[in-house]
Amino acid sequence: MNLFSLSWRYLWSRPLATGLNLLLLTLGLATVAFVLIVQDQIDRAFERDLAGIDVVVGAKGSPMQLILAGVFHLDVPPGNIPLAEVQQLAQHPQVAQLIPLSLGDNLAGFRIVGTTVDYPAHYGATLAQGVLWQAPMEAVLGAQVAQQTGLRPGQAFVGAHGLGGGGGGAEHGDTPYTVTGLMAPCGCVLDRLVLTATESVWKVHDDMHATEDMDEADRAAIEADREVTLALIRYRTPLAAVSFPRFINDGTSMQAAAPALEITRLMSLVGVGTRVFQGLGVVLLGVAALSVFIALWSAVRERRADLAMLRMLGAPPWKVGGLLLCEALWLATLACVLGLLAAHGLVAVVGDMLMAGQSLAITGWQWVHTEVWVPVLALGVALLAAGLPALGAYRLDVLQLLNTR
Amino acid sequence: MIRTRGLCVVHPGGPRLAFADVTVAQGGRLLLRGASGSGKSTWLALAAGLLTPAAGDLVVADQALDQLAPPARDAWRARCIGFLPQRLHLSDALTVADNLALAYFAAGQAVDRDAIQRTLTALGLRDVAARRPSQLSGGQAQRVALARALLRRPLVILADEPTASLDDGAAAQALALLQDSSRDCGATLVIATHDARVMQALPQAQVLALPVAPGREPVGRRA
Repeated sequence: MNLFSLSWRYLWSRPLATGLNLLLLTLGLATVAFVLIVQDQIDRAFERDLAGIDVVVGAKGSPMQLILAGVFHLDVPPGNIPLAEVQQLAQHPQVAQLIPLSLGDNLAGFRIVGTTVDYPAHYGATLAQGVLWQAPMEAVLGAQVAQQTGLRPGQAFVGAHGLGGGGGGAEHGDTPYTVTGLMAPCGCVLDRLVLTATESVWKVHDDMHATEDMDEADRAAIEADREVTLALIRYRTPLAAVSFPRFINDGTSMQAAAPALEITRLMSLVGVGTRVFQGLGVVLLGVAALSVFIALWSAVRERRADLAMLRMLGAPPWKVGGLLLCEALWLATLACVLGLLAAHGLVAVVGDMLMAGQSLAITGWQWVHTEVWVPVLALGVALLAAGLPALGAYRLDVLQLLNTR
Repeated sequence: MIRTRGLCVVHPGGPRLAFADVTVAQGGRLLLRGASGSGKSTWLALAAGLLTPAAGDLVVADQALDQLAPPARDAWRARCIGFLPQRLHLSDALTVADNLALAYFAAGQAVDRDAIQRTLTALGLRDVAARRPSQLSGGQAQRVALARALLRRPLVILADEPTASLDDGAAAQALALLQDSSRDCGATLVIATHDARVMQALPQAQVLALPVAPGREPVGRRA
C-alpha cells in the first residue's frame, strides 16, 4: 500500500465522478493533440513536397491554384504553356534546374504526370520493383497507386481523360501504358502519382485528335504547338527570387508563383480553423479542470474524517495532501494516454478518408514532437485543479474531528 | 507512563483551560470524566501530540512531547498511540483489512498482512476481512476500529466515548474488550466519557474530572 495504490482506490471509490472527469479531460486533451498532430503533418507534408522548388511557372491565373496543382497535385492547373518557352526558360542564367510537368489524364483517380526523370530524382525516390520508364508509353507507379490498383511491372493500363475524382472521363483505349516499375513509398506527393515521359502525354492526345489524312506539314505544326502544363524551377542563386518572377510575370504570357509565399498565405487561411479547434480544446480543458477541482474539493469535504484519521494514525501532513495530488495525477495520466490514443485514432481515420480521396498523406501512427505539450498540459490542469484541495488536506484540522458534537 | 504537570491550553482571545495534574503508570487505566465541551477531546488531542499546550509539561508513553519536532511527533504517534474515535472513520473505499493496512501506510511502513490477520482473528473479525465497513453491523464496525488502534501494539490507547451509542450489553462487551486488549499489549488505557456505566465497569481506574466548560471549548496551538 503506497500513495499511488491508495489514491487509485480512493479515485475509483467514486466511479461516476471519476468517469466524468476522465471523459472531460480526455476530450480536451484529444482535441488539442488532434490539432497538433494534423498541423504538424500537414506542415511537414507541404515542406517535403516543396523542398527545393523555388518557383512554379504555369499559365496565368491564380498563383495559389498553380501551386496546389503543380506541387501538391490537389487542384486543377490554370492551363498549359508553350513548350518552346519552357525550353527557353531552362536556358535562363538564373535557372539551375527545370522540371516540366504535363497533366491531363488519370489512372483510377491518380494523376498521370508526364515529366522527365529529374522529377523522381528531385524527391530522392527509389524503386521498389522494376525500372524507370525508358520510352514513351512506359510508366512508373507511386506506392499508393500500386497498392490501390494492384498493377505490377509488365502489366498494361489505359489512362482516362481528366484529372480524376469524378471518373467520368473518356478512356484512351487505343494508347495503353505499360508499367515498368513501382516506386517505394517516399511519404511525398509521388506516392499518389503515375509518372511517365512527357512524350507519352503528347502521344495519347495526338492519337486522340489524329486523323488518317494528316501530312507532314500538319505533324510539323503539331510539333511546333507542343505544350506542357507547368514547370518546377530551382534557382541558381537565391537572388533570383527578386527578379525572376517579375521577368516571367511581366515579360511573358506565363505566370510565376513562389510556393513558400502561397503556402504561407494558405496556412494563414487554414490557421483560423486550427485556432478555433485549439480554442475548443482549451475550453474543454478549462471545464475539465473545474470539474476535477470540484470533485477533489468535495472529496476532501467528504473524506475529511478519513484524512484526519490518517493524521491520527501518524501520517505527516504532506502525505495527506499528497494523496489528493496523486488522485489528480492518476486522472491526468489516464486522460493523457486515452487522449493521445483517441487523437491518433481520429487522425488515422481522417488520414484514411483523405487517402481514399487521393489527397494529402496523413498517418495517425506517427509521434509528433509537439505532442510533448499534451502531458505537460494534462499535468498542469491536474496540478491546478488539485492544488487547493491538496492544500486543504495538508492543513486539515484534526481537532475538529475529535469534537464530535 | 503518562504524566502531566501544570498543563493548560488557551483559546486565542478565549478562556484559559487548566487541567489537573495526573500520573498514570504504564498499563494503568485513566478515565476522563466531564460533560460535553469540558475539554475531554482537547486533553486527548494533547496526549496524542496533535495539540501543543500553552504551558505545562506532558509526558506520554515515557516521551516528553515538547522535545519532539512535528515530523518526529507524527512518527511517535504512529508508533505509540492507538486511537479509537467516537465516530469510527472507517473508509468505505477500502476493505476491512485494508482499513487496518492504512495504519502502516500512515506510518510509512511495509504492510504486515500477518499482523492484520492476527489482530482481526483475535477480535473475531476474520470472516469480515474482505468486506467493506458499510456492510458491517455497528458492533462489528467498532471492533474493526479497535483492531486498527491495537494493530501496532501501542503503548497508549485513547478511546473517545466508546460506549456513547451502545445499549448496556454492547457497552459492557466493548469495555471488556478494550480492557482485555490493552492488558494484552500492556498499554495504558485512557477513556474519555460522560457515561456512568464506564465508571461502574472500571472501578479501580484513576479518574481525571474535568470542570464544566465556561462556554466555548478552548483550543491551543495546533501541532
